[in-house]
Amino acid sequence: MKYAAPTTIDEARTLLAGDAEAIVFAGATDVVPQMRAGRPEPSMVIDLKKIDRLMSVSLDGDTWQVGAAAPSSALTSNAAFAADFPGLTEAAGLIGSDQIQNRSSLGGNLCNASPAADSVPALVVNDAVAVIAGADGERRVPVADVVTGPGQTSLAHDEIVVCFELARPAGGTSDAYLRLIPRTEMDIAVVGAGVRITLDDSGNVSAASVALGAVAPTVVRVPAAEAALVGSSLDDAALATAAAAASDACNPIDDKRGTINYRRQVAGVLTRRAAGIAADRIRTRNGQNGAS
Amino acid sequence: MSTTEAAASTGTNGNGASGYRWVGTRPVRHDGLDKVAGKARYAADLNLPGMLYGHILRSPHPHARIVSIDTSAAEAMPGVKAVVTGADFPEAPPKGATRNLMCTVIARDTVLYSGHAVAAVAASTRREAKAAAEAIEVTYELLPHVLNISDAMADDAPVLHDNLFTRGVEPRPTEPSNIAARTVYERGDVEQGFAEADIVIEREFSTQAVHQGYIEPHACVVDCDQEGKAVIWASSQGHFMVRSSTATVLGWDTSRIKVIPAEIGGGFGGKTTIYIEPVAALLSTKAGRPVKIVMSREDVFRATGPAPGAIIKMKVGARNDGTITTAKAWLAYENGAFQGIAAMLGCMCVVSAYTLDHLYVEGFDVVLNRPVNVAYRAPSAPAAAFAMDSVVDEIAERVGMDPLDLRIQNCPSQGDPTPYGPKWPMIGLRECLGAIRDSDHYQSELPEGQGRGVASGFWFNIGEASSATVNLNENGTATVITGSPDIGGSRASMALMAAEELGLDVHLIQPVVGDTEVVGFTDVTEGSRATFATGMAVVEACRDLKEQLRKRAAKTWDCDVEEVEWVDGSAVHGPGEQEPLTLAAITGNAKRTGGPLGATASLNARGAGPAFSVQVADVSVDQETGRVTVERYTTAQDAGTAIHPSYVEGQMQGGVVQGIGWALNEEYIYSDDGNLENPGFLDYRIPVASDLPMIETCIVEVPNPSHPYGVRGVGEVGIVPPLPVMANAVADATGVRITDLPLSPPRVLEALTAAES
Repeated sequence: MKYAAPTTIDEARTLLAGDAEAIVFAGATDVVPQMRAGRPEPSMVIDLKKIDRLMSVSLDGDTWQVGAAAPSSALTSNAAFAADFPGLTEAAGLIGSDQIQNRSSLGGNLCNASPAADSVPALVVNDAVAVIAGADGERRVPVADVVTGPGQTSLAHDEIVVCFELARPAGGTSDAYLRLIPRTEMDIAVVGAGVRITLDDSGNVSAASVALGAVAPTVVRVPAAEAALVGSSLDDAALATAAAAASDACNPIDDKRGTINYRRQVAGVLTRRAAGIAADRIRTRNGQNGAS
Repeated sequence: MSTTEAAASTGTNGNGASGYRWVGTRPVRHDGLDKVAGKARYAADLNLPGMLYGHILRSPHPHARIVSIDTSAAEAMPGVKAVVTGADFPEAPPKGATRNLMCTVIARDTVLYSGHAVAAVAASTRREAKAAAEAIEVTYELLPHVLNISDAMADDAPVLHDNLFTRGVEPRPTEPSNIAARTVYERGDVEQGFAEADIVIEREFSTQAVHQGYIEPHACVVDCDQEGKAVIWASSQGHFMVRSSTATVLGWDTSRIKVIPAEIGGGFGGKTTIYIEPVAALLSTKAGRPVKIVMSREDVFRATGPAPGAIIKMKVGARNDGTITTAKAWLAYENGAFQGIAAMLGCMCVVSAYTLDHLYVEGFDVVLNRPVNVAYRAPSAPAAAFAMDSVVDEIAERVGMDPLDLRIQNCPSQGDPTPYGPKWPMIGLRECLGAIRDSDHYQSELPEGQGRGVASGFWFNIGEASSATVNLNENGTATVITGSPDIGGSRASMALMAAEELGLDVHLIQPVVGDTEVVGFTDVTEGSRATFATGMAVVEACRDLKEQLRKRAAKTWDCDVEEVEWVDGSAVHGPGEQEPLTLAAITGNAKRTGGPLGATASLNARGAGPAFSVQVADVSVDQETGRVTVERYTTAQDAGTAIHPSYVEGQMQGGVVQGIGWALNEEYIYSDDGNLENPGFLDYRIPVASDLPMIETCIVEVPNPSHPYGVRGVGEVGIVPPLPVMANAVADATGVRITDLPLSPPRVLEALTAAES
């Protein structure tokens, strides 16, 4: 097995294009355990962490550019980013231990294509766009369209996710991500729920996004839950309808981490709670603004 | 106040109380710096020149006949220096413990669990060894398998051993079965007892098999020479056990084998047996080179451990005044692939924390297609306590009594009969119950929305054989050599007892774990015996040395030895005509008074003091997800005398944490085809630090009269109460009693949902 550490995207793509058995890694926090567990070794591993653009996190006008290989800790320690996307930041901060978070990345979390990836529902509700470099230059794809099934993506062999573009949220908008794990950390989501909502001046929901993880082969967007929330004051009835819609949207499996019934039940609970947390964040921020 | 209460009340968590200068203090452990600095040498750390790497091929099937093994492809692969299969090992006897050990190390005609060792390769690199092992062609004839107790006990169950006939049944069965043994303990007349009881509660419980979860996987390096001698470096709970077990499996004389103990990275009972040393020894013999084998975490889960799962039916009768009179218990314990004594131990423990007029306890040891059981902290007692203390909690609720008061009312005392025969010696259960009742935790108001649970637990503790050699050095320091690996701070405990005896500063004492050729025979560390039994040998050797020191002083002073006393590390002349001689003065002059000073003691320790623990927990339960959070936890445990209180507390807390893991999330998940689906710490969920509050401790000291310092073993009983404590606390928080472990979020939510509808 060879190791390569290119410093440019072109160099990385050339290496990848020249070797059908090569793989890229952004943090290797999935690849290394997978190889230890018996995944056949690739002919070459290409380390993306030496490419500046994949490692940077920056605000460009009203758009955040998050490098695909930037470590989770670069997001959790970035106060401005965390203020714009508290839910996404939480999700990134849930992956593995503190040590792992110095390696793990949004790009790796997405392209590993685990149904339980924590950051993906949070990226989806924030309408994140993946910038993908390929033979014909760069293309932009909604994050929700990158993963096609467990371990499967829509990327061609010689394509690399470069970064994520996230538009700064409009006023009155915030997000939240909750996951159920039996422990408090060092675990994989049995169910994950990301919610982003926007409240109008009267405190009613003017926009909502709901996405679930670990309840289907890929992340599940829940339009019925979003519709239940929009126009409501997040009253109990609206939240109950949204929760029921989230439960109904699940297409889970029975496995060692949870049962179908359990995942359905908890998906609704977490959706309701995440909506409440996102709303509280908006109200707190508005309260602070009002006071200042 | 009785003597036991007086003794308990002096339990001050150790500050050199009870008139001792060193015993009960908390010095930095002698091996501490190496361990925190990463310099301590574990078995996997050793590398020898020319060393090869061994890899063991394991069965992918839970039950199959081995039709043939073809190693020719493997032998031709690059780097391969030796290949062994079961055929290279001596034939195993048809049945018994020796067969079980031999056939666990490597399968012969039949594999009995997924993960069972089948063959092994030694090669120049790990990668070559693994590739070659995978190239061994094994032809299996699949046999039907059983993975749980109910299936294994069924009349039409596939039978694992065609020569296994249930012991303890008259007349002896004519057909073999998976029920290895039946055990019965009885007293009085349970039917009369239930007829006279005001309250009778009957419940069925189940617990899941769990793994000890030690962080260090099994590892060894074995170097065999051309004379047929072997040196083994291994991590274990007893290197004399490694020597004798390896000799048994190989059919070798024990004198061919020397075992050098490596530091141990956790065992909890799981390293009281061997798996890999004989395999490495045969590979080394064949290759003429040293061989290292290190198990992967997956191998550890698939092929070592487990503590058994159990099914327990419990029926208990009590009077309206809270007196428990009668108990009937039916217990069935998994044994794994070979018969053991899990159910027998469960039978002995199940009602031990209670006095009863009538009892009938019947247990069944059941074999099935899982790895063979190995000890895990107070083996079998946690499941038994889960059943009994869950029912006792219900009785307390029914009669409207405080659950601790009810337990105190039914608590056995010295002289009462144990359920299994002998009378109780001096025990500290009542003091532990009192300590929890009076604790800040139990006296505090339960926060809104939380539930509180209590339970008690018992474990026997044992003595067995230990040896110690104590040498006094010319500079006035001492070296204490024992045969007990330091698995829980025993170096510090041995040094403290020697310091107390000799009157030497504990840091002038160097405690050493000696190999099988430098110290006398010492049994494996089990039954919480090291500080008790090996400590006794240290004390005996030190007392011998004190006699020698007095004689040297008498010789120096030319007086009668009876005129010399040993006081605070010096020889003191009774009549006062001589200046005291310090230990250093005597050892510095030893060559002129008769030569170096050293003493050895070897003994069978008798009178191990039974251990009890009582614990309380506050929990909150997320009613919508079923997640249980432990908010506060306090444990009281009778240590007899705490030699090093910090390590006593560490044992208490460690047992509690492992018990909480067993209660809440740990379980083996097998696929229908008999393969373990969660052989790793990601999906086999031991608690992580952030899952738990600091476990509060209360050391109770009711000295064991059989030990010179009153020591009782402390390593095991702490794991017994957490199973019922958690179940009782969850029942208190939710109003729903769950009788099947683990109390994992899906199971709790299912129970809550079922109770609602």
